[in-house]
Amino acid sequence: MSKPPPNADLTPLPDYRQVLQPSPFHTRLVEHCPLQNWMSWNGYQTPRVCDVLASEYFAIRSTCSVMDLTPMEKYRIAGPDALKFLNRLVTRDVGDLKAGRVTYVVWCNDEGKVLDDGTLFHLRAGEYRLCAQHHQLDWLLLSSIGMDVSIQAETHQVAALSVQGPTSYALLTAAGVVGLDQLKPFGILHTRLRVFDLMISRTGFTGDLGYELWVEPAAALSLWDALFAPAQQGLFDVRVIGLSALEMARIEAGFIVPGDDFNTAETTVRADHDRSPFELGLDWLVNFDKPHFTGKRALLRERARPVMRRLVKLRVSGNKPPMDSFLYDAEHGRRIGTVKSQSWSPILKSNVCLADVGYSNGLVPSQIWAEIYYQKELEWRATWAECFMSEKPFWAHPRRLKTPPRNF
Amino acid sequence: MKKHDVIVIGAGHNGLTNAAFLAKAGLDVVVLEKNSYVGGATASLELHEGWIYSNCSYVCSLFRPEIYQALDLGRHGLEVVPLQGSVSMMQNGDHFGSYHQPEIRRREMMRHSKRDADAAIRFDADLMKWCRLIRAFLLRTPPDPASFKIRDAMEFAYLLKRFHSLSESQLYEFIRFFTMSIAEYLEQYFESDIVLAHFSGGSIIGTGLGVYSPGTAYVLLHHAMGDIDGNVGSWGFARGGMGSVSKAIASSLRSYGGEVRTEAEVATINVAGGRANGVMLASGEQISAKVVVSNLDAKRTFLQVMKPADVPDKLLHRARNFKMRGSSGKVNIALDGMPDFPGLPSGSPLTLGHMHFTDSLERLERAYDDWKDCRWSADPYVDMVIPTQYDPSMAPPGKHMMSIFVQYCPVEVEGGWTDAERDAFGASVIDQISDYSPNFKDLLLHTEIRTPRELEAEVGLTEGNIFQGELTLDQLMFNRPFPGYAQYRGPVKNMYMCSSSNHPGGGVMGAPGANSAREILRDLGRKDTTPEDFEDD
Repeated sequence: MSKPPPNADLTPLPDYRQVLQPSPFHTRLVEHCPLQNWMSWNGYQTPRVCDVLASEYFAIRSTCSVMDLTPMEKYRIAGPDALKFLNRLVTRDVGDLKAGRVTYVVWCNDEGKVLDDGTLFHLRAGEYRLCAQHHQLDWLLLSSIGMDVSIQAETHQVAALSVQGPTSYALLTAAGVVGLDQLKPFGILHTRLRVFDLMISRTGFTGDLGYELWVEPAAALSLWDALFAPAQQGLFDVRVIGLSALEMARIEAGFIVPGDDFNTAETTVRADHDRSPFELGLDWLVNFDKPHFTGKRALLRERARPVMRRLVKLRVSGNKPPMDSFLYDAEHGRRIGTVKSQSWSPILKSNVCLADVGYSNGLVPSQIWAEIYYQKELEWRATWAECFMSEKPFWAHPRRLKTPPRNF
Repeated sequence: MKKHDVIVIGAGHNGLTNAAFLAKAGLDVVVLEKNSYVGGATASLELHEGWIYSNCSYVCSLFRPEIYQALDLGRHGLEVVPLQGSVSMMQNGDHFGSYHQPEIRRREMMRHSKRDADAAIRFDADLMKWCRLIRAFLLRTPPDPASFKIRDAMEFAYLLKRFHSLSESQLYEFIRFFTMSIAEYLEQYFESDIVLAHFSGGSIIGTGLGVYSPGTAYVLLHHAMGDIDGNVGSWGFARGGMGSVSKAIASSLRSYGGEVRTEAEVATINVAGGRANGVMLASGEQISAKVVVSNLDAKRTFLQVMKPADVPDKLLHRARNFKMRGSSGKVNIALDGMPDFPGLPSGSPLTLGHMHFTDSLERLERAYDDWKDCRWSADPYVDMVIPTQYDPSMAPPGKHMMSIFVQYCPVEVEGGWTDAERDAFGASVIDQISDYSPNFKDLLLHTEIRTPRELEAEVGLTEGNIFQGELTLDQLMFNRPFPGYAQYRGPVKNMYMCSSSNHPGGGVMGAPGANSAREILRDLGRKDTTPEDFEDD
């Protein structure tokens, strides 16, 4: 009875008192989080807001923000059939994704409904990392039957930071990173900083200039300290941000979050509560010309039918927050959908949202109005606001694409 | 002689529920109970001074919240406190804890298999699909598929509509689910032995089938479809023991003017001119009523309290062949203190939930093999709870009451059950627990051991079957208890059934009692007092 569990040294018993797991950056992170406003992101103790939300948002848009990205689910995919496996998994053609490049992907079940989205990193020839919003190991392993591919969950083995904002390039350069000037959007740089290996990708979730930094957990604190050294010398304003600021920026940039903006297929219980890439407005990610991929047949059938509904970007007039609002087709007076994510955009001085909208006979509703409930001093009021559909991101600054980037 | 409107035979929770809704509709109702206490298998008894035992049913989840609300059971003293998690102890000294806290539960599962921790998401969503389907039928009378009545046709259309909400592939999966074994079902999701063993236990509880027997996957659903305050699959303790459930229903019944007579065992249902008109007690007393409702199991109802002449031959034949095999035992213990479980992290909340000591499907199947050979399992599957960790009303301060459900225990053992054999069965359970708790045996103050023999003799469950009939597809929905008798109406006029032998089956659910009341009130042209399902859209 006193024998230790056989796998005790690999995966320690969880401490039942520690509900949320600390990330490798935790000891530094807490110093920047006087608010102690924590939430769970994939089980990690993650700040919702570190200090002041408005400052954190403007760090992304005006100077430089740092966010702990470790909780993002990461999978290492390698082996002779790695590419074959990935091209069968995702809907877009990743056959021409060169080593050192990153691309955005979604993957579906056999019914053509989206299981999750994420970024695919071609780290080195034949070696990939798939970053996902939700836990995907079971699906990846199920999908790899019969293929010579190794799939390892590595969320806990890779510490990551997201450094986003117009001075992110200048900051990283001041911190000692060499070679960033030639790194193009969606490119990967393998380098060394101080005494550790560092991988940098020019990627992000903010629609602005920014980078994601990947190191072994042992190097996490050194990386953090290197990033904050220039700020300590008074060179740059760098601010740690929580998920609330990121939420504002990502809605402005038009990025979707599985589980928030649509129900992922694997967790869907009710019929028709899951969504296809077409229904999410991700038609551009579906490539029917490449070899067979999971969900292809269902998506081919769907393409032949009129569009039934779509996740759309709406600018909402006025200043009342369209939180959980019902949407109506003003022309026919029918309820056509609901708002999924919404934010006040401090840059645009407008409410912006992502909304699930029904299309009647494939026709885009001509006039959409949101029914908004809001309160003033505990009194609830109702109002209507006209919504304007936006095909493009609400906000995307050209500086995000410039190579070499500007210093601010 | 006074003539009641309704006699309900048996003051188990379904009989009381049935009576309460009838009394609420203004009928003069009397419930006749053979024992000196109400509740039947939903009872709290003080068998050792200062200790209250939930000595039969022991946890609560399936009880329909609609009935709870409609009978105002909270005001009548019922309080159901959710349990926290569950644990399976392993022979190698490790354990698998299904923590109440989802973040920790996931990390603990990852410790055994990272893949299983992710597969659990798919498993939960799939199980919820089937739960949603089944739950919609709990408070409805099953349609008779062979009937041409408009109501049956409408109900059948409702059933089809619910199924229509499934995609084609889900429909196939659902049909497979009803016919698969739990082991095969779980192996579609999980790889770790301990995870498979942990989740399959719920599928053999109360069932004369093994983890590899077809049909056991459904039993998992039957145990998972309940909820506590909307948390589907959660279980709870009734404060004061399970008897609090029946006491609250009895109190509600009395508030509507109904009456419960204990120590009033019914010997026969009187029938004249094809109509039930009362009962004769074992004492010889005659009690007449316009309506007689049996809350006894199907075998007792049709083979014991009804006279053979009043029952069609075909129904007698069905009743004789009705599957209700005793397969479980119960060990209830008064403890001098809280047992130590050194294999668990110190201070762990895992003792607050269901505890198990079986770590592989193979051991579960071997336990079943013993039962098939008419032996109690040498290495049984137990579902053990210590409700006094939450409930101060069931034992003196610092002391504990332990309730252990044991699978398997046969109706017959070679040479017949004796007290010595019963005690040996109990000892094997105590030995299993003490393998994981070194101080356990020192804490035993009083032990009650119940085999199917005691459950049948004391509670009145034929063969000690806790569900009053196996939960297999041939005995569910419009087949429960028998085709043509699934709408709670007996073979003679004015005679009805309301026990767990009827749809939707066993567990402390109250649904058969309420559904039966609805049919009775309909026949009598009275206002329906039974609640509608809280629809889950």
